[in-house]
Amino acid sequence: MLMQLASIWNYLIVILLMMMGLFIVISHENLVKKLVGLSIFQTSVFLFYITLGRVSGGTAPILTDAPDTVYSNPLPHVLILTAIVVGVATIALGLALILRINEAFGSIEEDEILAAKNQSAAADMMPSKPGADS
Amino acid sequence: MMTAQTALLIGILAPLVVAILTPFLAVRNLWRDAAGPIGGVVTFIAALHVALAVHAGETPRLFVAQIADGLAIEFAVTPLGAIFGLVASGLWILAALYTVGYMRGNHEKHQTRFAAFYAVAVHAAMAIAWSGNLLVLFIFYEILTFSTYPLVTHKESQAARDAGRLYMSILVGTSIVLLLPAVIWVWMATGNLEFRSGGILEGVLDPKMAPFLLALFAFGVGKAALMPIHRWLPAAMVAPTPVSALLHAVAVVKAGVFTILTVVVYVFGIDFLSSSGASLWLVWLASFTILASSFVAITKDDIKARLAYSTISQLSYIVLGAAIATSVAAQGAALHIVMHAAGKITLFFCAGAIYVQAHLTKVSELDGQGREMPWVFAAFFIGALSIIGIPPAGGSWSKFLLMVGAVDAQLYVVLAVLGLSSLLNIYYLLEPLSRGFFRPKIKDVTVDSHPLVVIPPVITALLSLALFFYADLFADLASMMVAP
Amino acid sequence: MSDSGVASIFLQNLPVMVVAIPLLLAAIVAVVPVPRLAWMLALAGIGGSFLAAILLQSITQSVGRVTYHLGNWEPPWGIEFVVDSATSLTLVVMSGLAFLATLFARGSLLAEINHKDLGKCYAAWLLACGGLFGLVGTGDAFNLFVFLEISALSSVILISMGAGTDRRALSAGFNYLIIGAVGATFYVIGVGFLYAITGTLNIVDLAARISDIGGGAALYAGFGFIIAGIMVKAAIFPVHIWLPAAYGYAPSAVSSLLAAIATKAALYVLARMLFTLFEGVPAITEIALNYVIIPLSLAGIFVGTIMAIYEKDIKILLAQSSVAQIGYISLGFGLASAAGVSASFIHIANHALIKGGLFMAVGSFVAALGSRANMNSFVGIGRRMPITAAAFMVCGLSLAGLPLTAGFISKLYLIRAILSVDAYLIAALVLLSSALSLIYLWKIVEVMWMQPAPAKSPQLVENPAIYLPLWIVALGNIWFGVDASWLVSASRAAAAALIGGGL
Repeated sequence: MLMQLASIWNYLIVILLMMMGLFIVISHENLVKKLVGLSIFQTSVFLFYITLGRVSGGTAPILTDAPDTVYSNPLPHVLILTAIVVGVATIALGLALILRINEAFGSIEEDEILAAKNQSAAADMMPSKPGADS
Repeated sequence: MMTAQTALLIGILAPLVVAILTPFLAVRNLWRDAAGPIGGVVTFIAALHVALAVHAGETPRLFVAQIADGLAIEFAVTPLGAIFGLVASGLWILAALYTVGYMRGNHEKHQTRFAAFYAVAVHAAMAIAWSGNLLVLFIFYEILTFSTYPLVTHKESQAARDAGRLYMSILVGTSIVLLLPAVIWVWMATGNLEFRSGGILEGVLDPKMAPFLLALFAFGVGKAALMPIHRWLPAAMVAPTPVSALLHAVAVVKAGVFTILTVVVYVFGIDFLSSSGASLWLVWLASFTILASSFVAITKDDIKARLAYSTISQLSYIVLGAAIATSVAAQGAALHIVMHAAGKITLFFCAGAIYVQAHLTKVSELDGQGREMPWVFAAFFIGALSIIGIPPAGGSWSKFLLMVGAVDAQLYVVLAVLGLSSLLNIYYLLEPLSRGFFRPKIKDVTVDSHPLVVIPPVITALLSLALFFYADLFADLASMMVAP
Repeated sequence: MSDSGVASIFLQNLPVMVVAIPLLLAAIVAVVPVPRLAWMLALAGIGGSFLAAILLQSITQSVGRVTYHLGNWEPPWGIEFVVDSATSLTLVVMSGLAFLATLFARGSLLAEINHKDLGKCYAAWLLACGGLFGLVGTGDAFNLFVFLEISALSSVILISMGAGTDRRALSAGFNYLIIGAVGATFYVIGVGFLYAITGTLNIVDLAARISDIGGGAALYAGFGFIIAGIMVKAAIFPVHIWLPAAYGYAPSAVSSLLAAIATKAALYVLARMLFTLFEGVPAITEIALNYVIIPLSLAGIFVGTIMAIYEKDIKILLAQSSVAQIGYISLGFGLASAAGVSASFIHIANHALIKGGLFMAVGSFVAALGSRANMNSFVGIGRRMPITAAAFMVCGLSLAGLPLTAGFISKLYLIRAILSVDAYLIAALVLLSSALSLIYLWKIVEVMWMQPAPAKSPQLVENPAIYLPLWIVALGNIWFGVDASWLVSASRAAAAALIGGGL
């Protein structure tokens, strides 16, 4: 049993990181920490693909002149490059949003933001003042 | 001269044209108020033309659009449809005149909106009457519900809004949850939704399933006010009386029982229904509704509420006639559509006239008022005779045919039900009259005379009398309905 | 370049033109300083996509299936675009509604977004549309992820633009970002599993190899992750929680666009996954359909409807209603019959018209009112803004399923599809929910028409630039309610392409 688990140690790490990342996203209230969790989650998926692509006894998938070289599968690497870029864009957008949220709500903790939102909601339901126009 | 098809088109479009023109005509009250009666006359002439064509054996048809395969918007006039079309258009003329008198006499607001939606409702009723298949009937059934909502909630008070909610939730709720699946069931069983003499379900529907399909129709058509789907009717009394007259004689409830009768005659087929025994449960439910609502009517002091429960009772006469599933009973039901319309509209017109002229709404307040408003009470008397079913009022014919039909089907208990119902009708309909003429006055009110609210009920009362002698056209159409 | 040259380039590369035109124009629009020019370019871009989609639809009607190899690389190593009847119908619906939404956006965004941000907003708009069209058209599983993220990130930008009027748009956008990213990553994990056992990413090739493999833990895991990831984007209960806030606080034109096309694209992808990709393992797809999709659809229908009944903010109400409507569509897919799938496609089209129109109407109200649309601000607005209110009424009645509107056609075919597989309980539940949806519609109607406007309300001006596109959509609701023949036949063809067999 332990031997079996040891043979799939790469997948275990992937799972560990995946669950850690998801847990951080769900449980932490600080928005930046959520993004960090998301990043960890996405990184675990990158690792998943890359370890999938490893061929036993294979070397890096860079063409050399030696004719009998065994290469690891290059396709997952390409896919992950794409996914990394997507991940970077996501984190960048998320951080930009956090900046704006901080400006608008004065906090980046979810519970404080929620309280501020409830205030807005209560103000919404006040009867509109005559002549209100923006 | 006009072909029947042109008459068909005119009959359906004229009320819609009136509705569209009303906001523009409202620049002068007179033009707006004249539009209704004039539209009614045009529509009635078209309906008469159509009915005569049907009487001569034609089936006027009009194809409008193809929705998708097997589903088309088309109109085709059956004998039953011809009957309903005549009733709806003819009584619209009188209701439109009466509305003018009532709204002016009561100084009601939003008369333009009222008149416009009134016309739309009549348009929907005409379209229902002359619908060419179940889909078109369902379409305009829904349009009728939605277009009468502004009429029911006209007063815009909290009570009106609550009544409007009950109205919509019962009528739309039943039509979505029960009527629509029934229509789809027929569509899936037969591949089309046509009306055919003798029905389209024979041979394609398992007779054991027929009672369930019939139940979906009977409870899905909330406008027929079968118990327990009847609560919307008394609630809708919060509307101005012209609306109650429209709802209870012309458009809404008649559309409901027309739908049930059409489904029984042209979708199920009378023979299929009687051989499968699918409608026996409906005979008992209709009988129960007849008696229960009559008992409730006796307890109601508010005139309109009493008339509302009387309507529920009378509608179940028609449902009963359909459920008995013999040809004579069906004819009686069809004829009762006409007779009850004339009689009940008279009663409602009178109730409204009493309100406009003397501001009285309760039966107990009517003591001695008969002498102040003799014409109104006289009209009420004749209308009551028709509902009770006593000659020389027209209602006696339809009741007679229903009784014969019950005997045909060997449902002798129904005879007792009809008889008992007549006795109850006598009690609750003649009470206002006896109070009005034979008791001393208890309320001293000044009676403002408004001719426009007195003349229509007198006319409809005379109509009820005339229908006793001159019901030939309707009787012939009714017998054509059940002919193979 | 001669005219025939441009035209022939256009025609020979139709499948990719639908996606490429908006994407390329997005780059240009991002640097255009003049808002009106930006809008015109956006309109032209989406108009080009619409034209390409229509042409594709007529081609697939005759030919059946169009494939396009990007860069002329042969699949399965190269990425290909596959357009069959189902794809082309979805593309036509999406691009058509996107075009109308863009028409509407000109007036509406001006009222809700800062003038200087308009250029970038249109760039994100084009990116979102291009991404969603690509999501539908692609035939490669990983390419799908790329388009998924393009559309997700640009949607986040669009939603957050609502911060100009309401700061809650920011946290709505952020939540959508997080939840959407998690969902997309789930999808990638699933694709990873499938790649591990099949070695290919091309959808057609994957389908063939998966049916050879037939089973196994990796296949099941991959299936689960893919479906779960797509469900997040499609806003199926219970992973729909991002939708109400996102559509509620976004600018009205954005809500209209996204409500009409974004979740539809994801639902199309869901159908494609279930019926094409995993065609070879019916055992597991049946389990997913019967024990996951159908129950969750029903739950979504009722949760969405009931939440809408109690919601006072109009846009959030409409968003909750969308959750219910999405439930109807996924329910149709869950039936896994030709009738059910074609009923779903009918509703994909009709709901785009309905919700697109409703959000446009709310946008018109908001532009005139200058405040959020809720039960308080809506009091008596029926008489103050009759043109918009009438259009709202038409679309609302279509939502409730009044005959002669598009919504009725959807309901008719959906109920029929449910009854034809003898699922009487499901039919009863769907009809019940349909009756319940009337409650929240009628609450709005009562507030709009039955209550008088407060005494000193200012005069409200209706902007033709806003209500003309709105009325086009409202009339579309009536048109497709009366003449549904094209839609019904196109949906049947779409169902045939997905599941095979006639209706």
